[in-house]
Amino acid sequence: MDKNLSQRQLDMKRSLLDQGYLDEQFIQLEELQDEDSPNFVEEMVTTFYNNSARLLENIEQALVTGPIDFAKLDNYMHQFKGSSSSIGATRVKNECTRFREHCTAANAEGCIRTFLRVKQEHTILRTKLETYFQLARQAGPSASGGGAKVR
Amino acid sequence: MGMAAEAQFHVLAVDDSHLDRKLIEMLLKTSSYHVTAVDSGTKALEFLGVHEDEQNQANTPSVFPNDHHQDVDVNLIITDYCMPGMTGYDLLRKIKESKSLKDIPVVIMSSDNIPSRINRCLEEGAEEFFLKPVQLSDVSKLRPHLLKGIAKESQPNIDNIKAMEESHSPDRTRTNYNGLEVA
Repeated sequence: MDKNLSQRQLDMKRSLLDQGYLDEQFIQLEELQDEDSPNFVEEMVTTFYNNSARLLENIEQALVTGPIDFAKLDNYMHQFKGSSSSIGATRVKNECTRFREHCTAANAEGCIRTFLRVKQEHTILRTKLETYFQLARQAGPSASGGGAKVR
Repeated sequence: MGMAAEAQFHVLAVDDSHLDRKLIEMLLKTSSYHVTAVDSGTKALEFLGVHEDEQNQANTPSVFPNDHHQDVDVNLIITDYCMPGMTGYDLLRKIKESKSLKDIPVVIMSSDNIPSRINRCLEEGAEEFFLKPVQLSDVSKLRPHLLKGIAKESQPNIDNIKAMEESHSPDRTRTNYNGLEVA
């Protein structure tokens, strides 16, 4: 095992936690991962990104196709927020909360503005996690994460 | 582990979110439960041996089959609250209305912390209410309810019942003890 890479992985995780990209829930997922399910965390993240792509498309469509149905938007975002929360994606989750506040206030401009931030945080996190899982893979089987590729 | 040579408990998990199904399956498997996960209340009822078609037919006098045996052996049902079509609450009610299913403990999960919702579920007979994201510490609260099921069938296991009475739930869950809500 290359100790330097494993340390890089740990450092990156600490950094992601400190900067609020990830929270305790991500740690919980890593604790659930074991020899029987060595790729659990990466699978969860992959599932999140696969499912959220569709949700974000639906939200975007609902925003550009007037008149805006705030109840429908709120419902989509409720689902998206739930998923973000399940993988510990704090920043994404927080932007979702702000978006829903604008829905409640029927504030279209606020929704659009916040939606752009949701997408931004969503993309930023994906890049960081791809790097993180790559580091985990390089560190070998004793580190968290296994041999599965990030799709 | 508790009792020696116990068969695995079978938990039916219901959640429309693929991600959350994956998570709850992992949590339950880690806790040594056999899991079946479905994505709707309708599918849950089908799995439990209740056929939705029979429910919807106007000329069917009774909603549930006359033989009071489940098709499959399920020891606990854990369900999300917010689901399209049949909510977790609707599912809970149907289970409690069923002669064959009403004794199966039901646990509700929700990402929303709404006291009136929580109380409504507990009043309807849910054993626990978990806030999402569900964690291992929440899943550990399922055991007393599962053991209670065994106690009903055979001689009461005093130790386990005592353990259930002594366990307390922090703010993130609500436990139903004989109709009294314990915070």
